[in-house]
Amino acid sequence: MAVGAYAAYNFFVRVEGLPLIVCLLMGGFFATLVGMFFGIPSLRVKGLYLAVATLAAQFFCDWAFLRIKWFTNDSASGTASVSDLQVFGFPINTPFEKYIFCLSFLVVFGLLAKNLVRSAIGREWMAIRDMDVAAAVIGIRPMYAKLSAFAVSSFIVGVAGALWAFVYLGSWEPAAFSVDRSFQLLFMVILGGMGSIMGSFFGAGFIVILPVIINHALPWLGDLVGIPVSTAALTHAEQMIFGALIVWFLIVEPHGLAKLWSVGKQKLRLWPFPH
Amino acid sequence: MKIRSLMMAVAVAATGLTSALVTTSAQAQAKEQFFPVLPYRTGAYAPNGVPWGNAYVDYLKLINARDGGINGVKITYEECDTAYATDRGVECYERLKGKSQGGVFQPLSTGITFALTEKAPTDKNPLITGGYGRSESSDGQVFKWNFPLQGTYWSGADIIMQIITKKEGGNIKGKKIALVYHDSPFGKEPIPLLQERAKIQGFDLQLLPVTAPGVEQKATWLQVRQARPDYVLLWGWGVMNSAALKEAVATGYPREKMYGVWWSAAEPDVKDVGEAAKGYNGLVATGEGGKVVADIKSVVHGKKQGTGPIEEVGTTLYNRGMVSAALAVEGVRRAQERYGKGKVMTGEQIRWGLENLALDQKALDKLGLGTVMKPISTSCLDHEGSRSARLHTWDGKKWVYSSDWIEADDSIIKPLVKQFADKYAAEKKLTRRTPADCQS
Repeated sequence: MAVGAYAAYNFFVRVEGLPLIVCLLMGGFFATLVGMFFGIPSLRVKGLYLAVATLAAQFFCDWAFLRIKWFTNDSASGTASVSDLQVFGFPINTPFEKYIFCLSFLVVFGLLAKNLVRSAIGREWMAIRDMDVAAAVIGIRPMYAKLSAFAVSSFIVGVAGALWAFVYLGSWEPAAFSVDRSFQLLFMVILGGMGSIMGSFFGAGFIVILPVIINHALPWLGDLVGIPVSTAALTHAEQMIFGALIVWFLIVEPHGLAKLWSVGKQKLRLWPFPH
Repeated sequence: MKIRSLMMAVAVAATGLTSALVTTSAQAQAKEQFFPVLPYRTGAYAPNGVPWGNAYVDYLKLINARDGGINGVKITYEECDTAYATDRGVECYERLKGKSQGGVFQPLSTGITFALTEKAPTDKNPLITGGYGRSESSDGQVFKWNFPLQGTYWSGADIIMQIITKKEGGNIKGKKIALVYHDSPFGKEPIPLLQERAKIQGFDLQLLPVTAPGVEQKATWLQVRQARPDYVLLWGWGVMNSAALKEAVATGYPREKMYGVWWSAAEPDVKDVGEAAKGYNGLVATGEGGKVVADIKSVVHGKKQGTGPIEEVGTTLYNRGMVSAALAVEGVRRAQERYGKGKVMTGEQIRWGLENLALDQKALDKLGLGTVMKPISTSCLDHEGSRSARLHTWDGKKWVYSSDWIEADDSIIKPLVKQFADKYAAEKKLTRRTPADCQS
């Protein structure tokens, strides 16, 4: 996310008159390059070891954006800031405009992702995921499949990072893309269900909306019972409930919310006549 | 069926009626001035953020209880915990900005200030960043909505360098000064001024960043031990300060040669270190509590309305928070003088009030703030208002004032402010405000 954000920022600031959408896509492109570079270890290691190797990307990027002043346009404070976003003359200021802008990106990328998964390359990815040796035996090139997986996911995440930084934050420092943010992304995928596009929507919704719901619901509940809830208690409760729910979900349904959704749909088709 | 549809109709009518009632009662409450409060009560910086937040809320409660509001307009407030994170700060801002026609935001975080500086002008909410924020935002012609009241980081760094220069008899050429700073926008803020001063005065500036949140400092202090600077400037926040002092004790660096900025020299920073931190100097921008602290203790805490423990009242960070709230209240009061006494002020009107503050010693004494803050007067060009601070030294048990009020040297700061403000204006394609706009 950080690579996408900073790359888009550099294009936005250094190249006069470049349209916003092009900046964001260039941010995604550079994220792709970096993602593919850090995906090279995947050709040799798998599973937990690969996860740790890719975690190195997190710390390297943290360091790079903090120390190398060129990335932040040589600003003394090390922050990058953008303002006055507009697309084809339409400004992007109000929450509604921001929502529509991000929604259009989401629709395009969602459709692209769904099509990729259903296509030949998607089946290659599924084959490598299930049994990479067998996949290599039947003629699927592991390097091509693995690196393309890294490339596509890095592109999507890079554009997401650029969007988040430009549209939501407006001004950010490297701490905005800390390890906590990376863990949030990881939990979104795990909770939503790995290998499912619908799952990533559910996971993202859960991770982003649940704290807001807790923030609003807890004082209201507290008022009902007569206990005042302080703001510190709210933040702590948020983290506790969040963590407990993640653990509970992983125990109850390891395949995530997407599996719960499909099970629910199936049961509702038969209801009220279970068999 | 008929009864069912009848009940549905009754239910719909009831919800419609209650929502109408709710909206009318909200209108009736419109004669209240809303103050958003953005403290951080959780996270690595909470020990320093909590006293500030408590003081802010206590002062607002005091104005309501003692004075009946600002010229009769009662104050309402709502807190939103930011945990010193930029994204949470932005979320809190977006959530609270719609609650009224405009309010003053004080995020107590340079990182969040940078983010809100982009948003505040569009939403017409003034930003007070007293003692932090962007140092170049004291130029009100470029930064119309930012108010770094009573001192920026450049003023603070300048005052420390003046103190060091005086201690060395006026000449620090060839001396080694190390800046141990929090690796964030907050910590990097004083660097341009220190580099400028290094060029003018001829001292050697060594920059030693500490990765946030600053618990791991062994490597940094090893470098300090190797380099043996004559003075160390500490620019930390939260747990970084006590960690720095403990490392200084461990490596044997004399604490008397350490000078901290006003956010690095408060009670939470030295309490754990205790006697070992004796001799550590820090800037402080507030004086003794005086009448207003006594008022808070009697009126607010006396009636069990205090936010936080009473032992906290009158400590350094508490006084800071109190003064921050006082400046916001005075901004609203000044706005009322022009736009109507006893009316609720919008964000734009409060901005005018903050830009035309004129609190001399007499006015401060009347408000009870005479001993805790210096007179301040803002203008279109100068959104800082006053730029003085004192030194206080830790004697093992408490902070003791060890100097008079010192003014920052504007001759070095002003050109730097103009240079950086111009750079910001060029980057964001803003034009400087005209004198006509300043008068409005």
